[in-house]
Amino acid sequence: MAVTSLKQGPGRHQQILREMRKEWTAYLFLAPGLLLFAIFTVFGIAFSIYLSFHQWNVLEPEKPFVGLDNYIRLAQDRRLRGAVVNTLYYAVVSVPLTMGIGLLIALLLNNRLRARGLFRTLFYLPVITSAVAAAVIWKWVYNGDYGLLNYYLLKLNIINEPLLWLSDRNLAMPAVIGVSVWQGVGFQMVVFLAGLQAIPQELYDAAKVDGAGPVRRLRNITIPLLSPTMFFLFVISMIGALQEFTRVFLLTNGGPLRRTTTVGYLLYQKAFKEFEMGYAAAISYFLFAMVFVFTLLWWRLTYREIEY
Amino acid sequence: MAVRSREKARGNPDVRHGSASLRQALQVLVLKLVQYTLLIAGAVVFAAPFLWMVVASLQSQANMFRWPPSWIPIDPSLNNYINFLSGANIGRWFFNSAYVALSVTFLQLFFNSLAAYTYAKRRFPGRDFLFLLGLGTMMIPGMVTLIPSYIILGNMPLFGGNDIMGQGGHGWLDSYWGLIAPGIVSTFGIFLLRQYMKSIPDELLDAARIDGASHFRIYWRIILPLSVPALAAHAIFTFQFVWEDFFWPLIIISDPDLYTVPLGLTLFVVKNRTAWDQLMAGSVLVTLPVVLVFLVFQRQFVQGIALTGMK
Repeated sequence: MAVTSLKQGPGRHQQILREMRKEWTAYLFLAPGLLLFAIFTVFGIAFSIYLSFHQWNVLEPEKPFVGLDNYIRLAQDRRLRGAVVNTLYYAVVSVPLTMGIGLLIALLLNNRLRARGLFRTLFYLPVITSAVAAAVIWKWVYNGDYGLLNYYLLKLNIINEPLLWLSDRNLAMPAVIGVSVWQGVGFQMVVFLAGLQAIPQELYDAAKVDGAGPVRRLRNITIPLLSPTMFFLFVISMIGALQEFTRVFLLTNGGPLRRTTTVGYLLYQKAFKEFEMGYAAAISYFLFAMVFVFTLLWWRLTYREIEY
Repeated sequence: MAVRSREKARGNPDVRHGSASLRQALQVLVLKLVQYTLLIAGAVVFAAPFLWMVVASLQSQANMFRWPPSWIPIDPSLNNYINFLSGANIGRWFFNSAYVALSVTFLQLFFNSLAAYTYAKRRFPGRDFLFLLGLGTMMIPGMVTLIPSYIILGNMPLFGGNDIMGQGGHGWLDSYWGLIAPGIVSTFGIFLLRQYMKSIPDELLDAARIDGASHFRIYWRIILPLSVPALAAHAIFTFQFVWEDFFWPLIIISDPDLYTVPLGLTLFVVKNRTAWDQLMAGSVLVTLPVVLVFLVFQRQFVQGIALTGMK
């Protein structure tokens, strides 16, 4: 027994090495990806941890080790606190809204319809509109003097005087969210449609025979069976929303009064305008923690639903 | 009525019960009506801003500012396009965008599919470990690797005037290298293609292997031709993503000769905040290639999203 187990250790190693040598082309085929992964992901993450413990200003020759200073600063930074509130506001409103509307449209389109393809294309157009173009369009739509939104709201007597959508401190964030919903619904719709089409029709037929109405069929079949799709969509939407930068940069530049400064925007400013890479790296880990917590929470929430 | 007779033709027994069937038919009719009303209203709201961009780009600034706004272009002309094209260096931007987007797309198609085949169909030590490692890091937000990537690019040895230690020059910053190289493989793409390739029957590959075909030959002659739908979807995704990306170029590019269309347009917006006529024309131009790609490959596009959503 003792002898064989002694032999087994190195023997197994040799066997693995032999297999590796035999299948060497497998590693060759993976090499480009592994190389980039090693440089930008593995080394990048290690390096940014290193950065976060240093006062790393691109313009300064000295880059001293400062221990946990960047993380302590993080906890005391009032601008960051404001940005966290804005980011949560943005993510918590825009993600469920986009998913909800996307699901509704997918449910409406998941029937035999005339012009189904046309509807799908129309809802998808905003997704393929470049973010820069979307910003130009919506700056016009939101314009206080001649904007389309004010024109129609005034005409429908919903408001009495034109609103300054992008420069009012209480309206700017809802305006940014509006653009993100407009650009996001199409993608959610297509993914939900794919998920809906994967649900076997027999389930609905059986429910109909049992006398279940459309609402009960939705609640007891569609929603539970869509929960993997929902989980997937929620996680990728949340990861995207918590990092929101593009729309804020293009529409409001973080203003007015920093009311639309998100964590992503603050990180960009710290890293590429003020060149404080060390502190910005610490912010990026904070952002990572936020994403992680949300993913975990959502996983706990939907996991129960699947079991049920 | 049409609904009712169709139901009857299908032989639904309920329909024969006089008033009950009428009520049911009415219910279906009302449901359809609500459905179409919601869809049409939604589609109008979603398409209107897009339509407005096209309408506005075709008229003079004076007509654009008309109150009430007109949805039919007044005195339509292509003047805005001509002015925009002659003012900005947009030919160069288009070349840069096309060069970068097409390079990244083709390189990713090749490298991702090669890796996807390896993960899907070959057995070798460390396979599951490497694959799960890649998958696990997909959840890490891009903002975490953004800052180190920027510094790594700037210190790339022997490029952009750098010495062997990566000092002295600008490395891959401000170069095509920086725009293309970090994107030539993507974990997401490998995952997407691997899912598809797993469904290709092993018997096909075994037969080729018995005939003495090399792994690369199997990949090139059997796997690739059978994966065309997934490859098409992947190509469209990648092209769209790279074409529209403006964050990465914004960070690493400062030389105007290397601007991509979205970056050039963004800086044009910053500089000419009131040139709405040209801005609208530029916005149409930056969006047009992606819309064309979408309309031509719509089926593959939708299929591609189905592939990612099913996991």
